[in-house]
Amino acid sequence: MSRDLYQQTLTELAAGLEGGDFSCVELTEALLGRVEQHNEALNAFVTVMSEQALAAAKRADEARAAGNGGVLNGLPLVHKDIFCTRGVLTTCGSRMLEDFVSPYDATIVERLASAGAVVLGKTNMDEFAMGSSNETSYFGPVRNPWNADCSPGGSSGGSAAAVAARLAPAATGTDTGGSIRQPAALTGTVGLKPTYGRVSRYGMIAFASSLDQAGVITRSSADAALLLGVMAGFDERDSTSIDHPVPDYTAALSQSLDGLRVGIVKQHFDEGLDAQTGAAVREALSVLEANGATLTEVDLPNIDLSVPTYYVVAPAECSSNLSRFDGVRFGHRTENPEDLFDLYCSSRGEGFGAEVKRRIMTGTYVLSAGYYDAYYLKAQQVRHLIADDFKKAFETVDVIAGPTAPTPAFKLGDKTDDPITMYLNDIYTIGANLAGLPGISTPCGLVDGLPVGLHLVGPHWGEETLLRCAHNYEQLSAWHFACPGDFE
Amino acid sequence: MSAWEVVIGLEVHTQLATTSKIFSGASTAYGAEPNTQACLVDLGYPGVLPVLNKEVVRMATKFGLAVNATVAPRSVFARKNYFYPDLPKGYQISQYELPIVERGELFITDADGNEKRIGITRAHLEEDAGKSTHVGLGKHSGIDLNRAGTPLLEIVSEPDLRSAREAVAYMRKIHTIVRYLGISDGNMQEGSFRCDANVSVRPRGQEELGTRAELKNLNSFRFVEKAINFEIERQIEVIEDGGEVVQETRLYDSDKNETRSMRSKEEANDYRYFPDPDLLPVEIDAAYIEAVRETLPELPDAKQQRFVDEYGIRAGDATILTASRALADYFEEVVAATAGKPQGVANFVIGDLSGALNKGGLAIEESPVSAKALAGLLDRIKDNTISGKIAKEVFEAMWAGEGLADDIIEAKGLKQITDSSAIEAMVDKVIEANPGQVADYKAGKEKLIGYFVGQVMKETGGKANPGQVNQILKQKLG
Repeated sequence: MSRDLYQQTLTELAAGLEGGDFSCVELTEALLGRVEQHNEALNAFVTVMSEQALAAAKRADEARAAGNGGVLNGLPLVHKDIFCTRGVLTTCGSRMLEDFVSPYDATIVERLASAGAVVLGKTNMDEFAMGSSNETSYFGPVRNPWNADCSPGGSSGGSAAAVAARLAPAATGTDTGGSIRQPAALTGTVGLKPTYGRVSRYGMIAFASSLDQAGVITRSSADAALLLGVMAGFDERDSTSIDHPVPDYTAALSQSLDGLRVGIVKQHFDEGLDAQTGAAVREALSVLEANGATLTEVDLPNIDLSVPTYYVVAPAECSSNLSRFDGVRFGHRTENPEDLFDLYCSSRGEGFGAEVKRRIMTGTYVLSAGYYDAYYLKAQQVRHLIADDFKKAFETVDVIAGPTAPTPAFKLGDKTDDPITMYLNDIYTIGANLAGLPGISTPCGLVDGLPVGLHLVGPHWGEETLLRCAHNYEQLSAWHFACPGDFE
Repeated sequence: MSAWEVVIGLEVHTQLATTSKIFSGASTAYGAEPNTQACLVDLGYPGVLPVLNKEVVRMATKFGLAVNATVAPRSVFARKNYFYPDLPKGYQISQYELPIVERGELFITDADGNEKRIGITRAHLEEDAGKSTHVGLGKHSGIDLNRAGTPLLEIVSEPDLRSAREAVAYMRKIHTIVRYLGISDGNMQEGSFRCDANVSVRPRGQEELGTRAELKNLNSFRFVEKAINFEIERQIEVIEDGGEVVQETRLYDSDKNETRSMRSKEEANDYRYFPDPDLLPVEIDAAYIEAVRETLPELPDAKQQRFVDEYGIRAGDATILTASRALADYFEEVVAATAGKPQGVANFVIGDLSGALNKGGLAIEESPVSAKALAGLLDRIKDNTISGKIAKEVFEAMWAGEGLADDIIEAKGLKQITDSSAIEAMVDKVIEANPGQVADYKAGKEKLIGYFVGQVMKETGGKANPGQVNQILKQKLG
């Protein structure tokens, strides 16, 4: 036992707990100590759940002593603050829910808890998951552990920063247009967004219902496989979750790269991509090729339309999803409203930040009478075309590989005045959301001391292939072991 | 004939009789304490999701089949977006472009007694909103979300109705059908059955429709008729005074019997409908539809025809008796149990029984006189134990809970006198006491026979068999 507990992956910690090398209470205390020490600099947490975590750790130790406990017994993790947690604040990064204590647990919160996971806290995020830099959070931006002046990406920036800085071995996240994969790439962590319908959305505060999917941010694909096995599966409370068998994701890791057909999309390597990031990704592709995979170019003719399509569909759904925040039953309510109209306008005006308002207005506009056909309907048609492109591509390849984001982490404040540049950060990830496909980002290099990610997209239910590919790459490259200097 | 033609289309909102809500497991029972039957889904809490109650699909399918409509193989739930305190999510889940039922029809009887076809454009599933209350809360309003999420079937007619009377006939027909199908209790006091009416007028002969007004939330047959008639008069007056009818939503005030403007077309919401991404399309295959068809009961039109054919009762009576499945069942039960003729049963059920029920404010299911008991009474008329007139008296006693017909007849000594010698003695007495009338009768004033019958009946306390009395009188008066 040379390495500190906080440096270990979930898989290593599981073995250590099982072998009795340390107790869950010791592990939890160690990590809470890390949080105490570093969170102020990072602002990764909205809520630290010390008391609940220690109580859960104690129960996990007792369960283990009694020979019980689920597959995650005693393993610590953090939840993105978009997941409802009973009796604990669930803010969604918004003033609107600054004081909101959920009366129920999200399905994944429940599933992870019953498998024995210990929750250390709730992580900071872009407000209502709308953002790519974590700067839209009402609770302030999260800082990138690799460079405190930089963004950790978003919207699951708090989760990514917490895992990258070794404050927690794993985190949940949500991905509507890249919100798990992009921050994972920008923080040197592994981010997995499953197939739409693979993981229940019940209890996950909705941004864009047809695109939202819960997933994980971890330090290895093996850890992602472990968590996904617990989170995945049909939930009768979510009509869009799909009753599809949950395979043994961990077993899929042991397969080699032999015969794996990897597709490369030309448009993903064009002028928008930072040269050094591109070089790192190409290097990663050659590692795959050298170890049994074959590379072929595939065509996604409509992929360039994915960002504009997304910025019609997502705001449309968000404008409706966020209507429930009206100051009547829960959430922020303005003081002394003059009348009903004022109650609505002031509560929402005060409760929502600028980016959320921008998207509500965009969404309201594209759904309006006279504009619906030109925007929303058209976007849905393009969405089908993009999904068809992927479907066709997956007739000849098993995964599509490329960069996760066009650049490494950017400076906080750099893009806040220009939403379009900010939106383009998700240019490579959005396609998977529009088509409902699984995607993973795994670290593939450092550019000027900042991590970059290799992005893999698979066909529906292709999580096993993605995990197998990413895991093999991690074994060959070891970029995922890289730790930001201040947090070693 | 008026120079104006009236054009009406109705949107009937029927609450479906499920035990739980359309998208949550909360109870739909009426009358609970405010906000005790609203779960997190009904309250629109962050993160919750709707799950369709499959029972509503079955009920809507039943309705579609009953009105000879197309049940859509694929229908889609959409969000209707607007802000209101009793609408927790800020949108109502409804069906918009692809409803579950399309292109149906039913038949009503028009003013000339002819059968008239009324087209049903569509019927779609949706959730009800909660309600606002303003009583006893000072300047505040209260919100009760018990009703939020209650399943509704909104049935939209073609603009085929030409008078308030036709509109009511159509609405009654829908009411009858949904209760036959057992998909709604049709309770109008509790708001389970209500309608909006689109009303316009145009010069007779004109093809183009006039501008319509939508009358909201009419919750009784009487109000539908009164509101539409008021609105027709109002619109004609506006036009005849040189004005123009404006497209608007109007509210009917039953206290003042008038409609008044609620909001104009310009103030109307843009509902920004779009398919609800939280719900999958409802897909129905032919096997499902056939399985539902198997469960359909005999429908009112078919039952009415059968009553005429099988029992030989008058068509109008058959219509009345089949207006409710329970009443029709009652009638058939009595017919099966009595030796009396079906038309006699119909007369008694429509007359005495319905009258008593109305007076007591009771439904047929609550009748204190069971079908079997009524059959027992009608048997005594048939076998001449009592007359029809005495039967009314016996029925009243039965209604009051004094027992079965036979017991009451016995106890009260109401048995008809059929002994000829007894009746003869009575007739002799009457003839003797009325020499003047006897002379007049013999002189040709034959109408006086009624007077003599009346006198004899009076003597016997109504118990003499009227046929026998008549016969003996005629004999004696020669």
